[in-house]
Amino acid sequence: MTGEECIVEVKGLHTRFGSHVVHEDINLCVHHGEVLGLVGGSGSGKTVLMRQMLGLDAPAAGEVRICGLPLRSHNPGELRQIRTRCGVLFQKGALFSALNVYDNIALPMRELRTLDEDMIRRLVMVKLKMVEIEPKHVNKMPAELSGGMIKRIALARAMALDPELLFLDEPTAGLDPELSDAFVQLIQTIRRETTLTIVMATHDLDTLVALSDRIAVLADQHIVALGSLRDVLHTDHPFITNFFHGDRGKRVLENNLDNL
Amino acid sequence: MQEDQDINPIVLRRETGDDGAPRLVLSGRCTLTSLGGRMRSLSAELAGYAADPVLQWDITEIAQMDDVGAVLLWRAWGERRPAHLLLRPEQERLLDRLQTPPGPPPPARDWLWPVKVLGRGAFLLWEHLLSLLILSGQLLLDALYLVGHPQRIPWREISANLYRTGAQALGITALVGFLIGIVLSYLSSRQLQTLGADIFIINILGVSIIRELGPVLAAILVAGRSGSSMTAQLGVMRVTEELDALTVMGIPHSLRLVLPKVLALGIAMPLVVLWTSATALIGGMVVAEIQLGLGHQFFFRKLADVVPVANLWLGLGKGVVCGMVIALISCHFGLRIKSNTESLGEGTTNSVVTSITVVIIIDAIFAVVFSNVGLK
Ligand SMILES: Nc1ncnc2c1ncn2[C@@H]1O[C@H](COP(=O)(O)OP(=O)(O)OP(=O)(O)O)[C@@H](O)[C@H]1O
Ligand SMILES: [Mg+2]
Repeated sequence: MTGEECIVEVKGLHTRFGSHVVHEDINLCVHHGEVLGLVGGSGSGKTVLMRQMLGLDAPAAGEVRICGLPLRSHNPGELRQIRTRCGVLFQKGALFSALNVYDNIALPMRELRTLDEDMIRRLVMVKLKMVEIEPKHVNKMPAELSGGMIKRIALARAMALDPELLFLDEPTAGLDPELSDAFVQLIQTIRRETTLTIVMATHDLDTLVALSDRIAVLADQHIVALGSLRDVLHTDHPFITNFFHGDRGKRVLENNLDNL
Repeated sequence: MQEDQDINPIVLRRETGDDGAPRLVLSGRCTLTSLGGRMRSLSAELAGYAADPVLQWDITEIAQMDDVGAVLLWRAWGERRPAHLLLRPEQERLLDRLQTPPGPPPPARDWLWPVKVLGRGAFLLWEHLLSLLILSGQLLLDALYLVGHPQRIPWREISANLYRTGAQALGITALVGFLIGIVLSYLSSRQLQTLGADIFIINILGVSIIRELGPVLAAILVAGRSGSSMTAQLGVMRVTEELDALTVMGIPHSLRLVLPKVLALGIAMPLVVLWTSATALIGGMVVAEIQLGLGHQFFFRKLADVVPVANLWLGLGKGVVCGMVIALISCHFGLRIKSNTESLGEGTTNSVVTSITVVIIIDAIFAVVFSNVGLK
C-alpha cells in the first residue's frame, strides 16, 4: 500500500525556543499509507515536530507541506478540508474537560453536519468498543477518568472521522501491556480496511517494532537515521545503541526477528 | 488523500444472478469523505432495498469502507445481516465490531424539576455558607498559629499580593474616582446654584465621597479586578492538580494561598479606598472651581470643618472589611472549582457577582449600624 508520494513533507526545518535550539535542518517525508515511527530521547523535540506538522507551532525556518499544500497557505478552506481528514492524539489527551466522554467523541462528527444524531450515536458506540471502553462510562467527565482511559478515549476521538492521516503522540504511554497490544492490533486491523498514514512518536519499543514501516530517529537536533528498522539498527549512533541494543531492546527485537 | 476519492462514491447496481435470484451489487468507496452530503438519500435508498428479503447483497466490490459506511449499511439492514450476503473477510471484521450495545438512554423527563431546582438552590446556599464559615475558622486558626511561629509567616506571598491587588490597581481606581467626582460635582453644583446654596457642594462631596462612594467604588473595582484573578488562579491550580501537589507536600492551602491573599487585600484595600476618595474629591474640586468659582484652598479649609473625621475612619473601616471579605469569597469560589474549564468560568463569574453583592450588603450594614456617627 505504500506509495512514494509525500503526504507530509518537512523541508529544512529549524526550531528555536529563545537560545535553545531544538531542531536543525530537519528533512522528512511521510509516504502515503505508511506508519512512520518517530523516536528520540525525552526532550528531543518529537512533540514539537509533530505540532509543527499540524501547523500549531511555526518553525523558525523551513516549511511543512501536507498533501503538497503549505501549512501557512492562503487558502483556509482547503486547509480545513485537509484537517478533517487528520486525526490527532495529543500526549496528554486534550479531551474537552467541559464535555462528557460521549460528547467528546461526538463533537467532530457533529461539526461535519452531514451525520444524523442516530448515526452519531452508533458511531460513538463503535469507537468506544474499538478502544474497549464500556458503555457505562459514556456519561463521565474527563476529570473522572483514569489516565489510561483518557488516552483511549482521546484515541477514539482522534479516530472519530476515520481519518486518513493520523498523528499519535505516545499512543501507548499509560496503557497496560495488554491494552498496548490491543492498540497495535487495532491499528493493524484498521490499516487492512482503509489506507491509513500514521506519524507516531513513541518510546514503546514493542509498538514501534510492531507497527512502523519506517523509523526516524531524532537526536542532537537532527534526524540521525531514517529508514526501515534494519537500516536504523545498522546506523552507528549512541542513542540508537542505547535504545535498540540495551537489554530491553534486545528482548523485543528477538521476539520480532521475522520483521527484520 | 487524493482527489479521485471524491469522484468515486458508492454505486448501487441491481442485477439478476446466475441462479436467477435478484442481486444488489455495491461498488466504489463507502467512506465518510466520499459519501459526504449523500448520506441521507443513500440511507433511504438502501433501506428500500433491504425491505426485500430474497435480495442478495454483494459488497465485495466496495473498494474502501470505514465505520461510517458500515454503520450506514448496518442501519439499513435493521441491525442484522441480510439472509444472503457476500462480503470480504476484512468487511466481516468491520461488521462484527458494529454489534455494540445501544448508547446512553435519553434523559427521562422529570415533572418535579421546579421543586428540585429550588431545593438544590437552598442546599447550595447552605453549603456555601458552611464552607465559608469553615474557611474563615481555618484562617483564624492559621493566624493564631502564625502568631506562635512568626518565622513561618508567608511574607513573600503577602507582599506579592499587596503589589498585585494594591499598587497595580492605582491607575484604574484613580481614573474612575476622578470621573465620578467630576460627574457628581457637576450635577450637584447645578442644583445648588438654583437654590443659591453653592457653599454646600463641599458638604455633599465630602460626606458622600469619603463615607460612601470612595469605599464602594474601590471595593467594586477591586472585586472585579483582583477577586476574579484570585478565583481563576486557584481554579487553574485545581485543574492542573497543583493544589493536590501542595497537599501531598504537607503545605495547607489556607495558610499558603488563602491567608496571604486575605491579609494583603485587608491591608491594600483601605489604602486604595483612601486613594480613590482623594482622586474623586480632586475631580469634584476642579469642577467646583470652574462651575461655582470656589477656590481649592477654600475648599480644603472648609472640608476639614464640615466633614467630621469619623467619616474617614468609617470609610477606611469599610475598606478593611470589604477587602478581607472579597479575598475570602474569591478564594472560597476558587477552591470549589472542579477540574474542568466550564466550572472555571462559572466559578469566576459567581465569585465576582457574589463579591460585589456582598460589598453592597456590607455597605448597607455599615450605614445602619453607624447611622448616628459622623453626621452632624
Ligand atoms: N513552548 C515551549 N517553549 C519553550 N521550550 C519548549 C516549548 N515546547 C517545548 N520546548 C522545549 O523543546 C524541547 C523538545 O520538547 P518536546 O516536548 O518536543 O520533547 P519530546 O521529544 O516530545 O519529549 P517527551 O518524549 O518527553 O515527550 C524541550 O527541551 C522543551 O523544553
Ligand atoms: Mg512529547
